[in-house]
Amino acid sequence: MDKQHVESSARGIRIEGLTKRYGEGDTAVDALKGVDMQVAPGEVVGLIGPSGSGKSTLLKCLGAVIEPTAGRMTLGQDVIYDNGWKIPDLRALRRDKIGFVFQAPYLISFLDVTDNVALLPMLAGKPNAESRKRAMELLEALDVAHRAKAMPSQLSGGEQQRVSIARGLVNRPPVILADEPTAALDSERALAVVRILNQMAKQYETAIIIVTHDEKIIPTFKRIYHIRDGKTHEEAGEGRSFD
Amino acid sequence: MISLAGRDILHAWGKFIFTGVGLGLLIGVTLTMAGVYRGMVDDANVLLDNSGADLWVVQQDTLGPYAESSSIYDDTYRGILGMSGVARAANVTYLTMQVRQLGDGKARDVRAMVVGITPDGPCHPGQPGYLVDGRHLTRGHYEAVADIATGFALGDHIQIRRNEYTVVGLTRRMVSSGGDPMVFIPLKDAQEAQFLKDNDAIVRQRARTEQNPALNRPGVPGLLDAVIASQSTNPSVNAVLVQIEPGADPDAVAEPIRRWKRLTVYTRAQMQDILIAKLIATSAKQIGMFLVILAIVSAAIVAFIIYTLTMGKIREIAVLKLIGTKNRTIAAMILQEAVALGLIGFVVGKISATFWAPIFPKYVLLEPGDALRGFVAVVVICVLASVLAIRAALKVDPAEAIGG
Repeated sequence: MDKQHVESSARGIRIEGLTKRYGEGDTAVDALKGVDMQVAPGEVVGLIGPSGSGKSTLLKCLGAVIEPTAGRMTLGQDVIYDNGWKIPDLRALRRDKIGFVFQAPYLISFLDVTDNVALLPMLAGKPNAESRKRAMELLEALDVAHRAKAMPSQLSGGEQQRVSIARGLVNRPPVILADEPTAALDSERALAVVRILNQMAKQYETAIIIVTHDEKIIPTFKRIYHIRDGKTHEEAGEGRSFD
Repeated sequence: MISLAGRDILHAWGKFIFTGVGLGLLIGVTLTMAGVYRGMVDDANVLLDNSGADLWVVQQDTLGPYAESSSIYDDTYRGILGMSGVARAANVTYLTMQVRQLGDGKARDVRAMVVGITPDGPCHPGQPGYLVDGRHLTRGHYEAVADIATGFALGDHIQIRRNEYTVVGLTRRMVSSGGDPMVFIPLKDAQEAQFLKDNDAIVRQRARTEQNPALNRPGVPGLLDAVIASQSTNPSVNAVLVQIEPGADPDAVAEPIRRWKRLTVYTRAQMQDILIAKLIATSAKQIGMFLVILAIVSAAIVAFIIYTLTMGKIREIAVLKLIGTKNRTIAAMILQEAVALGLIGFVVGKISATFWAPIFPKYVLLEPGDALRGFVAVVVICVLASVLAIRAALKVDPAEAIGG
């Protein structure tokens, strides 16, 4: 690992020896067995592996949704987990420091596009006008500003996913966790979404981890973490250009 | 911060409004049930008010004349008139029966309380307080003043027992404690209607009297005729209504009547207690049970609706929790929706009850106080009903938003 990468990773996300055990005694299952991973700001890495390999468990641990059994997680300069949560308010951590992009966009059906995106800063206590302004900037960057007043049910799948990305980015989190973000999209739209994620990662200095099975987008990653039986190993990706 | 509940309601306003209307009709029924009870109480109070009496003199040891049968001699009032503190006294009879309206194509029976009064004028106890049309009774026989709820009109002919009466006046809100409209007729006619036997029975009675050697003595001329005459007339009334002099104490006036006339006397407060606490007590409990059941049904419906609406948003709630929404924000959203549903229901229910109450055959009194209590009950029920949905929502694992 080069020096520049190590320095920048100090501001990204880093996990060391992360384990997760479900159950106890004879029925205990080790879903993660000492996972190491680090993603630098502005970097997009792939996390791939077969079903049951521990991808979702790792994503849930990274997202502070479930508690690991042991290990250490660092987000920027902050230690989040070190054999126990070090942050008292995980809800605020998820709201302010982690962006989520899901397989299905899961937009809030009763909010229009702008408010779907603006909701996060509003939840963080930002004024409505400022939240909506920030949401509009992102919607413009993602080329869906013209649907700002539309309801989610009126959007195409690609538009919904772009709104979902905007929602993940709106609080400028240092890390975005994307769970199969292109699974429901055709090749062209899938590549478009990954291109956008790469642009946003660079523009906002965000570390992005994309969990995927999608063969179409795997060649675009420069670095890939393979996960199997709860262990990861890192390898270089093709880093294919989008052009 | 935007109102999540408001946005959700606006998004699915059709579903919300229709659900609220359904709930509102149920609340309308509940308010109407309360109105039925209030109407019964009001009928009882109106009955007392309209009698114009301060004291009710009735047969000893009875709860008459409204709650039990009571029979006292019709000359008793003369003695009462001479007692201290008594301003006016009048005989009265009450008889609930079917009154037949006569006329071509008009013949129909009306359930009514026939009140026998002496045609002394409007200031005397027992008289209809005011008329909406026509005049008071002035003759001793065959005239009637009817409450407009009977459906009778001036000049109509009605039949009570064997006699025919002409409606000469119409009054309003003169009803029995059961809500039946009143028909006022002269006292003598009312006594006859209440106590007179049919012709066959009179013939048989005369024959029995003639055959009785104690009553038909050859050596006592005129005895048989006197006995038969006494059997053919009835000197009884149900009660004497007494108005006391201004400033007189009702209890002080009542006591000597009880003592010297050996009759039971009720004051206004005692009669009110008899009517409300005894006469309509069972009906009140019946309505109370209905109200409790309707409240439980309303609560169950609100709980079910809110629970179903919440379960329909379970994935969105998981996303909201995942992106950092506080539990209290989610709970507030569900609570606000439940209360909004209750508010829609209450408005619809109040409007419905106001529109359909006058159609009811008996008086339905919708009191603002009951509406206010109903409103508070609806809000409380909605808050309680939302607890189930809030518990379910708070149990949602934010991890559900992430696949796998």
